[in-house]
Amino acid sequence: MELVEAIILAVLAASTPLLLAATGELVTERAGVLNLGVEGMMIVGAACGFGGAWLSGSIIVGALCGIIAGTLLSLIFALMTLGLAVNQVATGLALTILGIGLSGLIGARFVGEKITPAPHLHIPGLTDIPLVGRILFGEDAFIYLSLALVVAVWFFLYRTRAGLILRAAGDNHVSAHALGYPVLRIRMYAVMFGGACAGLAGAYLPLAYTPFFIPGMTAGRGWIALALVVFASWRPGRLVIGAYLFGAVTILQLHAQGWGVGVPSQFMSALPYLATVIVLVLISRARSGGSTAPAALGTVFVPDR
Amino acid sequence: MQLVLEKRAERSNTIALISPLIAIGLTIVTMSILFVILGKNPIAALGVYFIDPLTDSYSLQEIAVKASPLVMIAIGLSLCYLANAWNIGAEGQFLVGAVAGSWLAVKTNGTDAGVWVLPAMLLLGAVAGALYALIPAICRVKFGASEILTSLMLVYVADLFLDYLVRGPWRDPKGFNFPTTAEFDPVATVPVLIDGGRLHLGAVIALVVVAAGAVLLGRTIKGFEIRVVGAAPRAARFGGFNSNQLILLTFAISGALAGLAGIIEVAGPVGHLQPGISPGYGFTAIIVAFLGRLNPVGILIAGLFLALTFIGGEQAQIAMKIPLDVTKVFQGILLFYVLACDSLILYRFKLIFASAKVA
Repeated sequence: MELVEAIILAVLAASTPLLLAATGELVTERAGVLNLGVEGMMIVGAACGFGGAWLSGSIIVGALCGIIAGTLLSLIFALMTLGLAVNQVATGLALTILGIGLSGLIGARFVGEKITPAPHLHIPGLTDIPLVGRILFGEDAFIYLSLALVVAVWFFLYRTRAGLILRAAGDNHVSAHALGYPVLRIRMYAVMFGGACAGLAGAYLPLAYTPFFIPGMTAGRGWIALALVVFASWRPGRLVIGAYLFGAVTILQLHAQGWGVGVPSQFMSALPYLATVIVLVLISRARSGGSTAPAALGTVFVPDR
Repeated sequence: MQLVLEKRAERSNTIALISPLIAIGLTIVTMSILFVILGKNPIAALGVYFIDPLTDSYSLQEIAVKASPLVMIAIGLSLCYLANAWNIGAEGQFLVGAVAGSWLAVKTNGTDAGVWVLPAMLLLGAVAGALYALIPAICRVKFGASEILTSLMLVYVADLFLDYLVRGPWRDPKGFNFPTTAEFDPVATVPVLIDGGRLHLGAVIALVVVAAGAVLLGRTIKGFEIRVVGAAPRAARFGGFNSNQLILLTFAISGALAGLAGIIEVAGPVGHLQPGISPGYGFTAIIVAFLGRLNPVGILIAGLFLALTFIGGEQAQIAMKIPLDVTKVFQGILLFYVLACDSLILYRFKLIFASAKVA
């Protein structure tokens, strides 16, 4: 039973950065902006998050540094795609290339350093309940935060007026603009929220997942997060399921190596990426009747004055 | 203060020509600031980056060696991007091409195989690259899956597959446990053009690819169809152009070119298959394609320029202890400025000072 418990804890931890980044991207895309720079914002978030925590000795300061770094990068993206009406796909790629370089530059001095990772919650009594105690009440704070964030985003999108306006900007920017809503400003806030989430997701890796920083430690998680948004059909609830499924695949390949499964480790490591391709194909095929993507996703909007 | 874009009545051709130069200028200014932040003399650093590599024959050859794969991949990518198909997995197609071609080199290693080996390797590399690129293209055309994400995921798969081969079945038994295949035989190696130099046949192949790209885009109906499908999808539909077929075609061509570049890199400058054969050629080629304005001649110039940054970056690391990642930052910033300046071709920028909130 302890193994099952350990695996579930590991799955939750592996899923959390995916869930955080994908939640941010979901809001961004719901506003009609496709930001392919998630990987870049995450990897800079990882470097700044670790740097902040190592210099200050505080996990919270580290997390804030990651959030700020991700938000700043997303502002560059917003300036380019919203301010200058540049193609979103190309700008997102540029953001990732820049992010990988920046992360290496910022993180170089932290390689080889260690920090105490984010502590796991311990509520006397509750956490000690056999089987479910540690799983429900013994996680690190980020895991609860990520779930709270998804609930908050769901509530915002479907139960508030502002959320309705944001979705309108993503579905038909011309009409939203005609009704007097500031489409570009709404999109800028959505992009910034996406950047903050991606930065936090990146920071989670060195702050809680592993207690050290290595260059390139996001290893494509930002891209998987983007795929998750498609998998979830742009719905927060399905995002949680998707993120935990992918976390499970990641942990499965780690444990399969430990159990001595007779498959080369590289093939197991390729599993999450292959799973992403297969899931994308299955989801896209199932939806061939009509897409659920925000109608204005990825399109440039230049308001007429 | 508010930034407002005003659509130009027609594209500005003057700005289309000078905008890459503005972008390079702005990048150099930004880099100087970065060098100051890093505590280096910006003038000296820029000299090491952009001037020193141009002053000796070894570096000049090295620039051509680095530019060859960049240009070949970027020509293929430009076809995709012109057709509005987003192949960003060229890195994976490069690696798969390298693996497929290396298979023959490994199989014939130490045997008395004839001169047919190298041409067969190049062919294998190109075919494998094309097939690998067709996976995301087919997923897009048949099922509507985003080619951006699938092509990128396959980069990681290719990388891991190469890693498996050189650590497992293809590892050189005499390689002191390093993850590498044996050195390729001379018949499996791309010949150098100058005795004792580094410049090899790949540079010539890259030039042929540039010429072929220019002919395809400028002189053929297919090239015209590619442009129309990308620029005016509705017009293309009325014209009866099949955009799905063009996605498959442009992906296959770009995959073939990336695969060819991959096997040339392994059979040329590297000489054996090992992890890390690409310093991100597949991704840098995206910058090359945009900096070259998706135009073959422009791509040739852009490829040489970005190769210069690779060589300059290496020299700056040795001479001034500037971290190698600065080169990537540099390339990312350059792409931003290129894209931003391109916006000037279609729009006029206006700053409006009014009571409106900052947007």
